[in-house]
Amino acid sequence: MARFKKKGSKAVPGINTGSMSDIIFMFLFFFMVITTIREVTLQVKLIPPQATEIQKLEKKSLVSYIYIGQPRKAVLGNESRIQLNNAFASVGDIQAFVQSERASRNEADKNFITTALKVDMDTRMGVVTDVKQELRKAGAFKINYSTRKKDKKQD
Amino acid sequence: MSKRSADISTASMADISFLLLTFFLLTSSINTDLGITRKLPPPPEENQEIPEIKTRNVLQVLVNRSDKLLVQSKQIDISQLKEVAKEFLTNPANKQDLPEMEEKNIKNLGTVKVSKGIISLKNDRGTSYDMYIQVQNELTAAINELRSELSVQRYGVKFSELTNADYIDAISKAIPVAISEAEPENIGGTQ
Repeated sequence: MARFKKKGSKAVPGINTGSMSDIIFMFLFFFMVITTIREVTLQVKLIPPQATEIQKLEKKSLVSYIYIGQPRKAVLGNESRIQLNNAFASVGDIQAFVQSERASRNEADKNFITTALKVDMDTRMGVVTDVKQELRKAGAFKINYSTRKKDKKQD
Repeated sequence: MSKRSADISTASMADISFLLLTFFLLTSSINTDLGITRKLPPPPEENQEIPEIKTRNVLQVLVNRSDKLLVQSKQIDISQLKEVAKEFLTNPANKQDLPEMEEKNIKNLGTVKVSKGIISLKNDRGTSYDMYIQVQNELTAAINELRSELSVQRYGVKFSELTNADYIDAISKAIPVAISEAEPENIGGTQ
């Protein structure tokens, strides 16, 4: 029992907390670097139009995006193209896209998916209308025209 | 060396950086999406009956391929659209060529006059998206202003500042978003 009777003879050295902050900082930077929110690489030029009467889109997890605009690469011409996820798509792919977006959500959230149309301001309405018709057929009725904020004129 | 300078305690450093970590975790909301929200109508069923609507109840808004605006067969500037839409939706002078007002009993609001007017928006396939959004924006602005006026009059606060879901619902019923989009036509020949 003698080994336990050393009380008082030697003080237990305190744990050095000096490196603690470094560890936490490392955490901080780790999270800062790792949190790149799943964003697609845009293949189309995208300058949304401006509007004043805008609403915020709630619940980002329930939003699926459709991008429409001229391709960034000049080789691909200057006709407006549709981009779903990371690749160009045609109007016919939209219904399948809506289905896959639905499949990736919870059962309870399926009816609350909003489709955000991110469309370049120089796009002609023809393409946009085709997309809207496809969305109607696919049953994705809630849409949001993405715009930039413009301050209201006071008059 | 009579006095040794005391070490600064670094024990709290960890807490400070933790605080920073949580602060950034909570506040970093990645650029929020803004936009005009709309609800698309379900696809038309086959041999669906088209409801008859009196001409006085329809505000025709046409946008052509060169982004010119035609409202009720008159060419107007986009800046006038909001006022035209507001007058159409309220019919303040009870004119015969503006929409009928129907008295409805709405919960939390009592009897209010609800317009039967519908704004019919039609654009060409060659219309630019920018113009389309501007038109949508002006029409939304008209509706929002009317809602705000009613809300201030009844509840004393602006519509955007209302928090009671019942009140928001009541106002939305009194002034619905009555914008109907027609299937676009290809007048200009653009694909």
